[in-house]
Amino acid sequence: MTIHSKGFRHGETKFRIRLATWPLISMSDDELIWRVSGGSGDGIDSTSQNFAKALMRSGLDVFTHRHYPSRIRGGHTYVEIRAAADEVQSRGDGYNFLLALGDSFARNPQEEAYYGNEEIKPLSENLDELREGGVIVYDEGLLSEDDVADLDLEERAEENDWHVYPVDLRGLAKEHGREVMRNTAGVGITAGLLDMQLEHIEDLMSDAMGGDILEANLEILHEAYEMVDEEFETTHDLRVPTGEHDTEQALLSGSNAIAYGAIDGGCRFIAGYPMTPWTDVFTILSQNFPDIGGVSEQVEDEIAAAALAVGASHAGAKAMSGSSGGGFALMSEPLGLAEMTETPLVLVESMRAGPSTGMPTKPEQGDLEFVLYTSQGDSSRVVFAPGTIEEAYEQTRLAFHIAWEYQIPTIIIYDQKLSGENKNVDVEFFDREPEPGLGTTLTEEELKEAAHDNSGKFERFGYEDNEKNVSKRSLPGQKGGRYLATGNEHSPVGHISEDPDNRVYQMTRRIEKLDSIREELDEEHDSNQTYFGDETAEYGIITWGSSQGAVVEAVERLNDSGHSVKGISVSDMMPFAEREVTEFLESVDEAMVVEMNATAQFRGLIQKELGRFGDKMTSLLKYNGNPFEPAEIVEGYEVNVADEDREPSAQVRIEPAAGD
Amino acid sequence: MSAFNAIGEEREIDRDEYTPGVEPQPTWCPGCGDFGVLKSLKQALPEVGKTPEEVLTVTGIGCSGKLNSYLDTYGFHTIHGRSLPVARAAKLANPELEVIAAGGDGDGYGIGGNHFIHTARENHDMTYIVFNNEIFGLTKGQTSPTSPKGHKSKTQPSGSAKSPLRPLSMSLNAGATYVARTAAVNPNQAKEIIKEAIEHDGFAHVDFLTQCPTWNKDARQYVPYIDVQESDDYDFDVSDREEAAQMMRETEDVLNEGTVLTGRYYVDDESPSYTEEKKAVGEMPEQPVAERYFDEDAEWERSYDLLERHT
Repeated sequence: MTIHSKGFRHGETKFRIRLATWPLISMSDDELIWRVSGGSGDGIDSTSQNFAKALMRSGLDVFTHRHYPSRIRGGHTYVEIRAAADEVQSRGDGYNFLLALGDSFARNPQEEAYYGNEEIKPLSENLDELREGGVIVYDEGLLSEDDVADLDLEERAEENDWHVYPVDLRGLAKEHGREVMRNTAGVGITAGLLDMQLEHIEDLMSDAMGGDILEANLEILHEAYEMVDEEFETTHDLRVPTGEHDTEQALLSGSNAIAYGAIDGGCRFIAGYPMTPWTDVFTILSQNFPDIGGVSEQVEDEIAAAALAVGASHAGAKAMSGSSGGGFALMSEPLGLAEMTETPLVLVESMRAGPSTGMPTKPEQGDLEFVLYTSQGDSSRVVFAPGTIEEAYEQTRLAFHIAWEYQIPTIIIYDQKLSGENKNVDVEFFDREPEPGLGTTLTEEELKEAAHDNSGKFERFGYEDNEKNVSKRSLPGQKGGRYLATGNEHSPVGHISEDPDNRVYQMTRRIEKLDSIREELDEEHDSNQTYFGDETAEYGIITWGSSQGAVVEAVERLNDSGHSVKGISVSDMMPFAEREVTEFLESVDEAMVVEMNATAQFRGLIQKELGRFGDKMTSLLKYNGNPFEPAEIVEGYEVNVADEDREPSAQVRIEPAAGD
Repeated sequence: MSAFNAIGEEREIDRDEYTPGVEPQPTWCPGCGDFGVLKSLKQALPEVGKTPEEVLTVTGIGCSGKLNSYLDTYGFHTIHGRSLPVARAAKLANPELEVIAAGGDGDGYGIGGNHFIHTARENHDMTYIVFNNEIFGLTKGQTSPTSPKGHKSKTQPSGSAKSPLRPLSMSLNAGATYVARTAAVNPNQAKEIIKEAIEHDGFAHVDFLTQCPTWNKDARQYVPYIDVQESDDYDFDVSDREEAAQMMRETEDVLNEGTVLTGRYYVDDESPSYTEEKKAVGEMPEQPVAERYFDEDAEWERSYDLLERHT
């Protein structure tokens, strides 16, 4: 017998490493992409949050992207805020305004050269991606003249038509308050240079602080703002865009959305152990639960965390746990226990670049196969991969519904990118009723009618009346419901059984729950898959999870520039969105699968699930720790499909189709 | 009105109710100490007024893990070493449940050692019975964390070079508030200790010596045993941590020399249980989480009302 490998072949690859030079294509003029850079621990995150909110309140759509090192104090970090009048779906390409605040925790380069000259990094690390005509503001109070001179900034500014404004932000802050207020000075200068009203920034400051601190900050804000008019000779054209929202907006991250989906799905128990980037969801729920009757437990390790969620669910709570790659590895065994005992459970897995500790603060989509198959035996679990903030909310809610209806562990797989990025969402999107029901759990009244064996033990895993392959459950403490739950194969009342007929019955029923779930998803819910682009196109781009935004934008640009392309972003990983993906692939001649990993895991899944289309699909892969930018996907399409005789300029890899 | 009416039910309880109709006869080897644990539980539970359906028995893996196959309560036979995190979460979800966890010495002191330390530290109101036979039984006789130094087995052919772990001292250090040792050969004491452990408001740890006649033939039948409360040779105050520590240390020192000391070692009735502590800091609702899902009057909070901070 010959065994044929079903998966794709690692064929020839086009591979090139080079620092990207922007712009690759022309950019929209009516958008601001503001990048604020500094050191970890310098308050970059909170400064950017407030600035993003101010832009949102002014009527703009915003999208944030966060880049940070795995370090507490010091180390170059930045946040980018993209703002425009129309919906923004990704970080965009490059950026057009840099506020370089300096790294107050930078190590002296003489002492330790491994990380390079950290003091200058907030400026030097960010120049390559600044667009032509862009604006630079840097803190000359923190960045030394010599260091700046070493960058050839003047020459480069000339070449790229950059407009450079050195300001002593630190000195300004010190004069009126404390040095840490230099962030406020930077925001004031930014607003001045962009002709932006201060109203929303002032409001947000008043919400967050009070007393002398507020007063000093307001003073600094105004002084900086006015300084632009009074002292600067400005040469740039960039101004803040204007826009208007029809309804009230909220600025949320993917982690917020997952936590809120859980709350509205009736979750009131969470157990966890800290690990980046999953910690955000754990923290948000831990902070909200005391006010809404929930219980949160930080425990000794991730084995315990998942086991606690199983125990709480067994006793009647809608419970969840989660982690990132390494911690999720420890959850494999309790996950399998939940499958075998048919204990409802929601787990979330927030991916970061692996293997092992990998790059803890960088996004990747490399845990797909792991999450689908980890734990011994055949998998019976549900896996959803939301791609946007809204999908993260919807699919987490849905995960609780499916888990309790079908008594099956349900996993939300997302990544560092979706976890930390903020986007504005209509407040009314969340205006809906919660779903706190326990699904197919019986009441004591119902238990009276349910099947029991001769000794009065409840047939928790009985053979009769298993609609949708689900055998209804009881909870400890209920009268008339006692049974044994066990990780061993078991009989109708839950006692250990190795009888072949019983084994085949129970195993088949557990696995076939996935067919029933697929049926419900197809017939009773809106599709979890997102479609975009030109419906009649003969070329398709397929993606999953957080790469969606950049792909949507790339498809728009391709269609705008005369190509005909359509796209699909898939969320139903298990049970797989078989019908929808088949229809999509049948409708195109060729498709490119875009994902952030090195081995084309999602393309492999499509082939495994559908058993064909291997020769139709190529891959565009990226695994350098940074998410896709739309231009890279546009270029990937051009090189790959239009067969342009060149290699991609970005740090991506193209994998040919099977058989190519 | 509760959705869990087995809890707190007042009625006569027959010891036979705890014998499951589906598996009345345990499959343990003849002479196994595990029978002693089962018997003492069947005696203790009715005496403390617990009905089968208000008890959740959570076990690990091993011969001891079969306990809830032979004790007819709500049961959860979990995975190796993980009975405690499952059990304590069930207690948090429904604090009205009577939760008993059980497992072997390999399960609780080896693979699940971290969970043992932390569950004791947190002082969850539950009972933990460790079937301590100083051996891995179900996998056919390998050396366990409590096997004596020099113990020969298939996996330690030249005799174990490791000193045995000290379960009682470890428990006390970790924060258990009731620590006792009993033996299968001492059924009356075992029953009384199990009763006390169940009624204790906090983490009650019972190290239960269960002889393994099949795989640990070297081991004594744990006779003669000495009850440290009854013997005139020992005098210490179980509520005094220092004296308890000393008595535990001596007990652990002499076990492998042939002196089997048993009894209560440490009883702290003052410390609040974890549920009480968590309520005190405002992170545990008054109404059990599990009850709320059945409460038709419950008003479920929704995220829509939390959005102001994001606008």
